[in-house]
Amino acid sequence: MTDSASSDLAQPPASRRIDPAGLVIAAALAVLAAVLVWDASRLSSTSMYGMGPEAMPVVVAVGLGILAIANLIDALRGNLPPRESADPKPVLLILGGLALLIAIIGLGGGFILATSALFVTTSAAFGRRAILADLVIALVMTTLIYLAFDRLLTLSLPAGPLERLL
Amino acid sequence: METFAALAHGMAVAVQPMNLLYALIGVFLGTAVGVLPGIGPALTVALLLPVTYKLDPGGSLIMFAGIYYGGMYGGSTTAILINTPGESASMATALEGNKMAKAGRGGPALATSAIGSFVAGTIATIGMAFLAPWLVDFAVRFGPEDYFALMCVAFVTVSATFGNSPIRGLTSLFIGLTLGLIGIDKLTGQARLAFGMPELLDGVEVTTLAVGLFAVGEALYVASRRHHAEEKIEPVRGSLWMTKQDWMRSWKPWLRGTMFGFPIGALPAGGAEIPTFLSYSTEKRLSKHPEEFGKGAIEGVAGPEAANNASAAGTLVPLLTLGLPTSATAAMMLAGFQQYGLNPGPLLFAERPDLVWGLIASLFIANVMLLVLNLPLVGLWVRLLAIPQPWLYAGILVFATMGTIAAKPSVVELSMLAAFGVLGFLMRRFDFPIAPVVVGLILGPIAESQLRRALAISLGDPIVLLQSPMSATLLGIALIALVAPFVLKGLGRFRASED
Repeated sequence: MTDSASSDLAQPPASRRIDPAGLVIAAALAVLAAVLVWDASRLSSTSMYGMGPEAMPVVVAVGLGILAIANLIDALRGNLPPRESADPKPVLLILGGLALLIAIIGLGGGFILATSALFVTTSAAFGRRAILADLVIALVMTTLIYLAFDRLLTLSLPAGPLERLL
Repeated sequence: METFAALAHGMAVAVQPMNLLYALIGVFLGTAVGVLPGIGPALTVALLLPVTYKLDPGGSLIMFAGIYYGGMYGGSTTAILINTPGESASMATALEGNKMAKAGRGGPALATSAIGSFVAGTIATIGMAFLAPWLVDFAVRFGPEDYFALMCVAFVTVSATFGNSPIRGLTSLFIGLTLGLIGIDKLTGQARLAFGMPELLDGVEVTTLAVGLFAVGEALYVASRRHHAEEKIEPVRGSLWMTKQDWMRSWKPWLRGTMFGFPIGALPAGGAEIPTFLSYSTEKRLSKHPEEFGKGAIEGVAGPEAANNASAAGTLVPLLTLGLPTSATAAMMLAGFQQYGLNPGPLLFAERPDLVWGLIASLFIANVMLLVLNLPLVGLWVRLLAIPQPWLYAGILVFATMGTIAAKPSVVELSMLAAFGVLGFLMRRFDFPIAPVVVGLILGPIAESQLRRALAISLGDPIVLLQSPMSATLLGIALIALVAPFVLKGLGRFRASED
């Protein structure tokens, strides 16, 4: 105990209260382990000798279960590293941009429109307010990328209305 | 002498004009992307994979060699000029290098890092060329149980032994192992964890995972804490060249850094963090100017940079000879091999010596190119650093999604990319290491198939794992490496209180 006391002096005292985030992490790991076991139980073991396909998922599930308990103990002891405050707004903005990109690709809007949408939302998430200027930059940049990769390197990138004009 | 012949043959492959061009493009792109703040070498390789999709395997691997070394060098430039190391291996460089840049000695800091990287990279590549055939001879005698035991060692050392928290490291590893289970089981053809979605039957793409965790996760993380602090770029003032005294103070740290970096990198222990910090503390102890440490001592840049590069070459030894990636970057290189259906290992040395030795020879060439390119182009790299943050991260995300769109333009694949981004964000926020997830995904399925082969041969008797002396020893090492961090918790405390 003496050595832990001396090292506590050297650092700012760690918070010794229960961190709810740690409980969520532990619960998520336990759920993941349960999903693995459930999925493995549907597999039929066809191999004559050795391990079937269900063995490894069960091993991983046991590991996840143990780690869920270990993370729970860490959380109860308040051992989670301290973290700074986070601003959820830009995170949601970028995720919105990704959702927009997925929707545009899914609906056949093409590469240029999809990545331009992501560019503008990400740039806004990092504090830019000149949305129109960013949109122009994004359209020019993604068009150049499209031409370089689709035409020069012959990678097939999804084409939409804009790409067909090129 | 066999090595010389093989290396000469590889050199003949590497100096073909097209291959030289590929190496040049690789070094240039690798540095340009690696220089961007927040982008480490693993992400550099992942982001640039699509560029190589349409090349033949030889050209593509040669370009990889360039990208790998270029990305490493780019990372140290960022560490010196804006004190944001893209990866933990550049942390020691940032300590002294950024202080030097602040004191107007950014030029010599960049120069000693470039020349040190060259010296270390060259020595380590020679070491690799000689060590590799020997290890290959050894590895051809490995049975499936030995491979399985070796992978257990890699799992434990990558996740538990050297991190800040073995529990969080192992948690990351098991998330990766879980992701590795998704898809069709290769032995019985049954779908695991696919939940009836045909897109999941092929399993999780390593590049999708790595780009999601590293690029999208990093962008989300930086965006979430933008209100905290702005980073500042140090202009490169004064002479670029090292003075005679700088040379005198640099050459020994270069060699010592190489001696730390190469062996530790070549062991399946993962990461360049240990050798760089070992080198840093050694130089601090041996220096004639200990008072300068913390204020910009050139030894503190020269040593860790050499160690970093030597260990990067070192991690290629287990990758090429055993197919064992021990860092996130090596895992990305393995993904690069796998896109051509190539599996690194003793067999590849026998079947495609042109490819393997061409790659090793290209590492020499990439090293020379880095030295020739980077000091004159330092002005260009500094300008890349000055891209405003909104455009920088918007551009990173466009390139990150482009890789996935080019490989598989499906809604499911892109949703997985976004989901891995959220996972990467949460892992950064709660201080879980990222690399074990990537290593778990790529090594998990290989470990499973080796274990199942071993048990099939032994008719299901698990004692086979302990009967082979090799496998028994390796499993013992894995067990010690797993238990040691819990026993030696004082070590972690010591490290935490030092910084």
